[in-house]
Amino acid sequence: MLELSKLSRHFGGVKAVDELDLVVNKGEIMGLIGPNGSGKSTTVNLITGVYRPSAGTMHFKGSDISQLDLHQRSQLGIARTFQNIRLFGNLTVWQNLWAARVVRETGWKGFRERWLSGAAAAREHSEELLEFADLAHKRDMLASQLAFGEQRRLELIRAAATDAELLLLDEPAAGMNAEEIHDLEARIRSLRDQGRTILLIEHHMELVMGVCDRITVLNFGRKIAEGTPLQVQQDAQVRAAYLGADETAAV
Amino acid sequence: MDFYLGLAQIIGIHTLLGLSAWCVLHTGQVSLAQGGFFAIGAYVAGMMTTIWHWPLLLALAMGAMVACAVAFVVGFPSLRIKGLMLVVATTAFSEIIRLFFFNLKYRVETEGGAVGPDGSLGFGGIRYLPTHGWSTFEVNVLIWALVAVVLLSLWALDRSRVGTLWRAVGEDELAAQSVGINLTTAKVSAFALGGAIAGLAGGVYAHYATHIEHGNFGILLSTFAIAYPILGGLSSLAGTLLAVVFIQGFLLEGLRFMGDWRSLLFGVLIVVVMLVRPNGLLTRPFKLSILHKGRAGAE
Repeated sequence: MLELSKLSRHFGGVKAVDELDLVVNKGEIMGLIGPNGSGKSTTVNLITGVYRPSAGTMHFKGSDISQLDLHQRSQLGIARTFQNIRLFGNLTVWQNLWAARVVRETGWKGFRERWLSGAAAAREHSEELLEFADLAHKRDMLASQLAFGEQRRLELIRAAATDAELLLLDEPAAGMNAEEIHDLEARIRSLRDQGRTILLIEHHMELVMGVCDRITVLNFGRKIAEGTPLQVQQDAQVRAAYLGADETAAV
Repeated sequence: MDFYLGLAQIIGIHTLLGLSAWCVLHTGQVSLAQGGFFAIGAYVAGMMTTIWHWPLLLALAMGAMVACAVAFVVGFPSLRIKGLMLVVATTAFSEIIRLFFFNLKYRVETEGGAVGPDGSLGFGGIRYLPTHGWSTFEVNVLIWALVAVVLLSLWALDRSRVGTLWRAVGEDELAAQSVGINLTTAKVSAFALGGAIAGLAGGVYAHYATHIEHGNFGILLSTFAIAYPILGGLSSLAGTLLAVVFIQGFLLEGLRFMGDWRSLLFGVLIVVVMLVRPNGLLTRPFKLSILHKGRAGAE
C-alpha cells in the first residue's frame, strides 16, 4: 500500500528522518514508535506532503506521490489526524464531515454532490461515521464546543470521511484516560476491519502493543527495529533507545 | 426625504462592497483589493453606457465581469502569500488600479461633446440615469434589488458545500488540505466572486454619482470594505448590512453635528465594538464575551 524507500529529510544539519525504508501492507495496523524527536511526526508530514523529502522516494498504491500537493494525496486516499487536534472549530460537527467528503461521481450528480446538498448515499456514510464515533446527537454543535475526547473522535471520523484507504494517526491517544484509550483501540480495529490500512504513531505503549500487527521503531531519524510487538519488545537496541544505554549495559 | 434616499443609496452600495470583502474574508484572507475592483467596475460600466451606449444592466454586468476576470488573474499569484504580506500586496494592487485610472485618457466625440475618462480630471458625464429619467427613488429600487439578489445568492452559497469549504479553508488551511480541499481553487474562487460583486457595486456607484475620479477609490474605500464584515461578524450576512447602516448611517451621517470630533468617536466606537464583541456584532453563540470572561475569572 505505502512504500517509503531511503526517505530522508534534513533540517539544516539535523537529519530528522534519515534513509528510512518502510513498507505498510494493505489491511494491517502498523505502529511507528520512538523516543521524542526520533522523526515520527516528520515521517507523517513527509507522507502527507507537509514537507518535501530531501532524498528518497514514496509510493502509494504503486504510484509515486513525492511531488503531489497535500490535497492531491488526500484525494488519492491518504488521510491523517493531527497530534494537536486541528478541527474546523467554527463549523458544526456535521459540516466538518461535509467538508471532508470526497466526491467521485461525475456529471449532474457529481456537481450536486460536490457543490450543493450531497447525494443520499454520501449522507448515509456521514451518518454511519457519526454513529461510529458516538457523535450523532451532537451533529449541530460547533466542533470547538465539543469535549476533548469528542474532538479527537471527530477528527478521526473526519479523516475517515475522505474515504481514505490509509489513515495516519498521529498520537491519537494523547491526553486520553484509560477508558477512552480502550474505546480508541476498539475504533482503530473497527476501522481496519472496514478495509482500511492504518499507520499509528503513538507513545502509549499499551495501545501500540495491543493493537498493532507490526511495529517500526525510530531513533534519531533511523529505523532501529521492525517486527511484531513481541519481537520489538525484546530487541536490545529498542530497549537501549527507550531506557538509555547505561541501564541496558547494567542489565 | 432626498437626504434619506441619498443615504439609502450609499448604504446599498457599501453593503455590496462589504459583501464582496465578506467572500474573501471567509477563506481567511484579508484583502485590501476590493477598492481596486470597485474602481474597475465603475470605469468599465461608465464607459460602456457613455461611449458605447450599452443598456445599463448589460454595462453593470460587464463591469462586474471585467472586475471578476482581473480578480481571477491577480488571485493566483497573490493568494500564494498570506497574512500581512497579502495586505501589502493587495494595497499595492488597489493603488496600481487607482493610478492607472489617474493616467487613463480615452475621450470619444459624441453628439453631446467629448465623453470618457479624462485622466486626473476624472470621468464625468455618466448621465445614463438622468437622461433616461430615473428618479432617485427608482435608482434606490435598482440598488436594493441588486443588494437583495447578492445577499440571497451568498446566503444560499454559504449553506451549500462551497460555503462550507470556504469556511474550512478560513478555519485551518493545513487541515483543509489534509481532507482534500484544493486551497488555490477555494481562495481564487472566493477572490473572483468578491471581485465581481465589488465591480457590480462600482458600476452602480459610477451611474448614480455621474462623475468619478481616481480620488474616490483610495485606500480608505478598501478599508471600509473589510471593516463592514469584520465589524458585523463573518457568521452572518445580516451582520455586514448592519455594520454598513451603523457606520454610514449612524457614525458618518447621524453624528455629523459633532463636526470633526466625529472621526475620533468613530475610532473609539470601533475599538469598543471589538472589545465587547471580538467576533463581530452578530455572531453565534450570541453572548457578551467580556461578561463571559469576567464570570469565568470570578469562579
